[in-house]
Amino acid sequence: MRLRTNVLRIAVVLGAFLAVELLSRIGAIPRVMMIPPSEMLIALVRLLLSGRMNVHIAITLRNVGIALTSALLLGFVGGVVVHALPRLRRILDPLFASYYSIPIFVFYPLFIVIFGMGSIPLIIMGFLSAVVAMVINTLNGLDRVPRVFRKTAQVFQMTRARAVCLIILPAAAANIFTGIKLAVAYAFIGVIAAEFILSGGGIGYQISFTYYAFDNNTMYALILLILVLVTVINMSLYVWERRLLTRMGRR
Amino acid sequence: MSQPHVALTNVSRVYPGTRNQGPVHALGPLDLELWKGEFFSVVGPSGCGKSTLLEVIAGLALASEGTITFEGAPVAARVPDGVGVVFQEDASFPWLTVQDNIAFGLRRAGVDAEEIAKRVNYAVTFMGLKAFARAYPAQLSGGMRQRVCIARTLVMQPRLILLDEPFGALDQQTRLLMGDELLRLWRETGATILLITHALDEAAMLADRVGVMSARPGRFIDILPTGWPRERDSLIVARQEFGQVTGHLWSLLRGESLKALQNDQ
Repeated sequence: MRLRTNVLRIAVVLGAFLAVELLSRIGAIPRVMMIPPSEMLIALVRLLLSGRMNVHIAITLRNVGIALTSALLLGFVGGVVVHALPRLRRILDPLFASYYSIPIFVFYPLFIVIFGMGSIPLIIMGFLSAVVAMVINTLNGLDRVPRVFRKTAQVFQMTRARAVCLIILPAAAANIFTGIKLAVAYAFIGVIAAEFILSGGGIGYQISFTYYAFDNNTMYALILLILVLVTVINMSLYVWERRLLTRMGRR
Repeated sequence: MSQPHVALTNVSRVYPGTRNQGPVHALGPLDLELWKGEFFSVVGPSGCGKSTLLEVIAGLALASEGTITFEGAPVAARVPDGVGVVFQEDASFPWLTVQDNIAFGLRRAGVDAEEIAKRVNYAVTFMGLKAFARAYPAQLSGGMRQRVCIARTLVMQPRLILLDEPFGALDQQTRLLMGDELLRLWRETGATILLITHALDEAAMLADRVGVMSARPGRFIDILPTGWPRERDSLIVARQEFGQVTGHLWSLLRGESLKALQNDQ
């Protein structure tokens, strides 16, 4: 059954790829608008082999890495602290609930004024996009730890720290994992989108630059690169999560 | 006369009030003595404080008044060495295999690996879980998961086992069979067992003595010796005396259950 689903999934992606290829080749999609996917692929391979985008890829990955790591760490710690302080939680819960209705990018002039045009505003944008997803999911995970697990920790005479490490966190892992998955996606979105408007380097900046330079081949190669990168990361996390959930009996 | 294994003297538990509700007097005052190697069941109407009683004996909750001793030492806000608890809810850890679940407490206690392997192997065999030793709880039935929890308690070799409606979620046939396993475990370990249950037949079948509690605040209105031999199993439910014991329990409990129902309404 799972094999069939996987085959179907691949068939859908391949089908879409071939359909766009066909429409591009017969001219239904003009080349100035979009080049055929096969050409995007060739352009991407050439781009990677030439190494001329390596610096920009490295900038983006570094910024996403810093934004993501800090969002995961602070989001997790924040979630644990807020969970431990019910009064603080009552204050913050409505803010968390409405957080993603705020377009963070409207603050970019403020970030430029405060931090200049370097990497810091990009990292902050990525961080702000990702951190609350981690806080909310850590909170959800901790909320769902059955009370009986805490009592079991007491029966085994475990210290609070050991109970947290060996029982509470594993019990909350599935939700925390969802937070990690969302944070990865949001950190990429935050950093790359910010590179369009705030940066002189990075994949987002290069996509914007090649767009204005009518360099469709490079632009689509970079878009494809981001798609491949994010898909590979998300698929790896998905496989990991599926294993975890299967073990936990939630799938 | 020797000292009781567990002794409760004038124990009561009052839950402090909240903004919307006044304090709740959940339990007592009550006295109870459990003797070493005894199987004692507690029955009572819903909400009468049975689980609270178990929690204060285990040291999971503090008594508001009175004293509790286990093997002569006071119990307060900490589960004493030698006490094992099995809860009604499934407390098996879903991220660990059956054998790792069972070994969990032993590893925390720093027992050496060889001894852990020996005890876990014994427990999985004893509880009929050998074929599932490497399975995860999600792959087991509810009854088997509860057996994992019992095995996890058993390997710690507790001298006092507290069971809070451990078979509450199981069907009647499985309950009877689990009762047989519990009796076998009790005879083999020589532990003192306190079983909280809402099922009168379960209490009557398993226990040497059954404590009948009143509606909240729970007090013992009677403690009834069943008179069963130590070698017994679920087949005693077919005996005439079993019906008499169960009937007597119900006659004691009926009025209290009605009272509890009226209180709820």
